[in-house]
Amino acid sequence: MAEIVEIDGQSERNTNESTLKPQRIKITRGSDDGDKKILQTRLKDVEIGVPIVYGTIAFWLGRKASETQSHRWTVYVRGATNEDIGAVIKRVVFQLHPSFENPVRVVESPPFELSECGWGEFEIAISLFFHNDVCDKQLDLYHHLKLYAEDESGPQSTKRPVVVETYNEIVFPDPSESFYARIQKHPAVIVPRLPVMLNLATEDPNGKKGDSKDNPLSQWFINFSEADELLKLAAARQQVQAHIIKLRRQLSVIDGLPLQSWKPGSNY
Amino acid sequence: MDAKDILGLPKNTLSMQEKKSKPPKESQRKPDGISREVYALTGGLAPLMPAIDANHLRRKVQTENEKITWQWLPFSNSARKDNLQLYHWVRVVNSVPPTGDYSFAKYNKSVDVIKYTDEEYEKHLTDNTWTKEETDQLFDLCERFDLRFVLIADRFPSSKTVEELKDRYYSVSRAILTARASSPGEVSGHPLLKEPYNVSQETERKRALSLLLSHTKQQERKDVEVIAHAKRITEARKAIKASQEPPVPALSESEPVNADKDDLTADTTAPCINPQFLSANPVSETATAVASLHMLRVYLRTYALDQMVQAVSSSAGLRTIKRVEQTLQDLGVNLKPKVPTKAVCAEHLELRKEILTLLNLQKQLQYKEAEGSSFRDSSYAETPGTPPKQSQRAADLDRTFTPESLQIGGERFVKREQKRKGPGRSSDAPSSPAQSKRPRKYNASDLLNIYM
Repeated sequence: MAEIVEIDGQSERNTNESTLKPQRIKITRGSDDGDKKILQTRLKDVEIGVPIVYGTIAFWLGRKASETQSHRWTVYVRGATNEDIGAVIKRVVFQLHPSFENPVRVVESPPFELSECGWGEFEIAISLFFHNDVCDKQLDLYHHLKLYAEDESGPQSTKRPVVVETYNEIVFPDPSESFYARIQKHPAVIVPRLPVMLNLATEDPNGKKGDSKDNPLSQWFINFSEADELLKLAAARQQVQAHIIKLRRQLSVIDGLPLQSWKPGSNY
Repeated sequence: MDAKDILGLPKNTLSMQEKKSKPPKESQRKPDGISREVYALTGGLAPLMPAIDANHLRRKVQTENEKITWQWLPFSNSARKDNLQLYHWVRVVNSVPPTGDYSFAKYNKSVDVIKYTDEEYEKHLTDNTWTKEETDQLFDLCERFDLRFVLIADRFPSSKTVEELKDRYYSVSRAILTARASSPGEVSGHPLLKEPYNVSQETERKRALSLLLSHTKQQERKDVEVIAHAKRITEARKAIKASQEPPVPALSESEPVNADKDDLTADTTAPCINPQFLSANPVSETATAVASLHMLRVYLRTYALDQMVQAVSSSAGLRTIKRVEQTLQDLGVNLKPKVPTKAVCAEHLELRKEILTLLNLQKQLQYKEAEGSSFRDSSYAETPGTPPKQSQRAADLDRTFTPESLQIGGERFVKREQKRKGPGRSSDAPSSPAQSKRPRKYNASDLLNIYM
């Protein structure tokens, strides 16, 4: 029932598209239930990146702590710039330790977070499910829930939580056209090859709802900036490159000198 | 935990972490029948099955109304053909001895070995390699030993292998069955006919099995390696082929694609392994990695970076990889970037590549010097009169980069420098440059002064 039509390079049909003419692969997919015919054009040389941060925040309950419930923690997935990722992610499934009731928790809408009380640290499996036009495969992440701080210097405080966050980027190497069209102006994603468009309103009129700017936990969110890392990397590369040049010189010097004879007058 | 609270000691996080696997909720629920400590002995969980059936322990009470005696009585075993009378203890209830056959007689099962008549033999069962006598002997042994072919083979007068005996027995049985059956359909369900004994296959299988058993550890390791290589090659070929035919592999649902993929797999799992393709070539590995990444619909940036790093370091041994990581640490760079954006990952990858180049160059330099020094050590007499400009420049470079070299290469690097400036090489700050000088040996303190 499936038909594949291959069009390579520039095709006449794309004349009304933007000046950027990415290579296109046109695929017609017919599904079995007839009425759902999805025309999925995939853009081959555009890569959509969604920077996300996922992690846990744990508060000690202090006087209210019991032996089995000593901490209140929240596990979440958010956009790295606190923008709404609900446009990309359909739902998130958190898999908790089997000692919890209903350890499989599904969060259907942003903010994608889950709070619980407990006493133990364990690994939480986070599965991201994307919208239909984004990707039909899920993406799995793993995060170790940390309740106790690294330095056991002082007593625990109910005011200061233990925050562990991980930055990562979800990459869609060849996104579908529909996804690209609706997302290219969204602040939560990174789409290269486009002129930078800042401060554009999101497509969702209730843009504020899904983002995490007003989240009560947002004060604890870590700000990840690539500048620091880039600087360090650039400096390191410079050092290494200089070293390489020096070594190459040394090698050429040694190669230039004849090994057998050290008599003066020989060629160098 | 309570004791520590009382004492005001800080909590020990390690012990808490170890207990994370113990389910917290279960310890709360203890059954009321037994005390808490006893329940805790079971590990906090109720046993799945009772060890002793409680009902059995109460049987004593039931039999009080009956009189039980034990008597030494003879018994007969229907499984025996010789009417031997043996005795055993019997539980007699109210002077009534138990009835019934010997309780173990039902286990005396035997195989129904087919008996053929002479005419049947003449008609269906003649064979070139087997005489009637041999076949008769075979069947007699089969009956005696319940088709235990290893024994039969052992007892068989002329030496025939187990497979040959089996083959003869099964083909005879099959022939007789088909001959006696009124219609072929009747016996087609019989296991002998449904799955006929295949001699050649069996011999081959047993030979292969014994070969496998007698593999030495080394051979086993080699096998695993070869299989892994083959897998890598097929995957690489698949990925490359797939990326070259753009529309087809992007879909996995449609049938023509599946057929195509099957062809690919059939093609690439050919048993010949081309040793040239055992890729230690990082360039090809990178191309493969990129292709396979592109095949995925979605992936994490860190995953992509890992794949690329692996591809790039594919030609390097474990030691080299460790040295790369050590260098990264010395340079103050995280082994895995904390903020893996596209730019950061690209830079990281480039840095790793450059460090690999650097290490390779260092190794090359080492080799060259090892070669050269053996010659140099032997010739003291001549003054080489090294061209001043070249070595001066080298010295300058050295001085600029010494802080890093001390950090990165560590001690070894300094020593290498010492070697390089060994006898035969003049031109450094303390000694006047650009002059043919008698080579003199530098001692360690000299050089350290230079470098500090």
